[in-house]
Amino acid sequence: MTPNPNSFANGDLAVEARNMHVYYGPFRAVREISLKVKRHAITAFIGPSGCGKSTVLRSFNRMNDLVATARVEGEILYQGNNIYSQNIDPVEIRRRIGMVFQKPNPFPKSIYENVAWGARINGYKAELDELVESSLRQAALWDEVKDKLNESGYSLSGGQQQRLCIARTIAVKPDIILMDEPTSALDPVATLRIEELIQELKKNYTIIIVTHNMQQAARASDYTAFYNMDQDRAGYLVEYSDTNELFTNPKNELTEQYITGRFG
Amino acid sequence: MLRETYTKELRHLQDEILRMGSEVEENLLKAVEALIKRDLAQSEKLVQADKWFNQRRIDIGNDAFSVIATQQPIASDLRLIAAALEIAGELERIHDYVKGIGNISLLIGEYEVPAELTIHMPQMAEKARFMLHRSLDAFTERNSRLAYETIKSDDEVDKLYNRTYRAVMNYMAANPDSFELAQRLEWAAHNLERAADRVTNMCEWVVYLASGQYHQGKDLLKNFQP
Repeated sequence: MTPNPNSFANGDLAVEARNMHVYYGPFRAVREISLKVKRHAITAFIGPSGCGKSTVLRSFNRMNDLVATARVEGEILYQGNNIYSQNIDPVEIRRRIGMVFQKPNPFPKSIYENVAWGARINGYKAELDELVESSLRQAALWDEVKDKLNESGYSLSGGQQQRLCIARTIAVKPDIILMDEPTSALDPVATLRIEELIQELKKNYTIIIVTHNMQQAARASDYTAFYNMDQDRAGYLVEYSDTNELFTNPKNELTEQYITGRFG
Repeated sequence: MLRETYTKELRHLQDEILRMGSEVEENLLKAVEALIKRDLAQSEKLVQADKWFNQRRIDIGNDAFSVIATQQPIASDLRLIAAALEIAGELERIHDYVKGIGNISLLIGEYEVPAELTIHMPQMAEKARFMLHRSLDAFTERNSRLAYETIKSDDEVDKLYNRTYRAVMNYMAANPDSFELAQRLEWAAHNLERAADRVTNMCEWVVYLASGQYHQGKDLLKNFQP
């Protein structure tokens, strides 16, 4: 039996939220989030629109700092430190905890430069060609682009662009990759390809993925967290468990209703 | 409510199980009655009826597969479908025992059956039928406790079977010429005992449906707290 995800030993822990609240101005967007994310596993966040799952995801690499009114209370522990402490550099956090967005957003540059760019500005000194190749290989894109590395990133299909963004994320050697609905703009085949890729990536990285597609959470993740929204529209964590368990025998009535499509 | 069609399809699946189950209940009693009263026409009818039960199982399976293919059921809905498929299979097998008793009756043909060999059979059939009825109630109500209690009551059917078995052995010793007849009646009693066992299998799936935990027979009585 898979252990309860909140009982992971410290060595298995990638990142942990402790009693976290996120506010946008006076509005409390999420409340009392406590959860442990396992290393080298895929954790999915699901829940109805507005339940705060993307907000929680974005607090894991301080992406909410970019919203002027956003404020985080509580702690996010990464490698023993609260990433919201004064002495933590958010840029370094975002290098180690990378992010892939809903819509593929390659830079208006060549395929090669898209991948090399992050490493270059991070002062990467070793052989860039090797880094680009290995990142593109890990993103399962190399064979499709190896003969046109100097063409624009925009020349690729949507699914390829998303894999390019994943390669770009991998190139700066992160530890955790956050994915915010990474396949919602893709067709079913491109979606399945990304899901396969994620399975490969978890060997080297920890993945947290927000998805509106419950079948995707069911088939592609190891652990699933279900969020809902209370009367004040603050998101909260309803149930968090092994994915198999959550989709065959959820403990909470709300989870049951949501995953069987009877509300939300 | 969202997903009305889906909810109707699941409801239909459950109703079909109940319908099939109540027909099996009725035929269990009829089979024993026809055997004892030597009503060969009734026995023949029950043997013929078995085809309908085989077909029901296939139909329920097809309905279940179509819900899986079109509605992506999960959680308790998925457990309902798994339980319905298993229970339909058990009901079909229980009716095989009804058919078996019918065939035994036809094989005995014009002979009378000795009362001391069939004396426990109406009670066995009634107990098995009652267990079946309770298991279907437990299925409808998602009632683990009722399923658990029903499994426990299987012992009573086993006891009656053992008494029949001893009666058959004694009868064979005293009437060696009627060896074949006695053996056939022992087999009829064995069919009833197996029918009750199949009901306990159904109950295991009811417990799974209600709780998400699957245990088999004695393990269930030992490890599951209803």
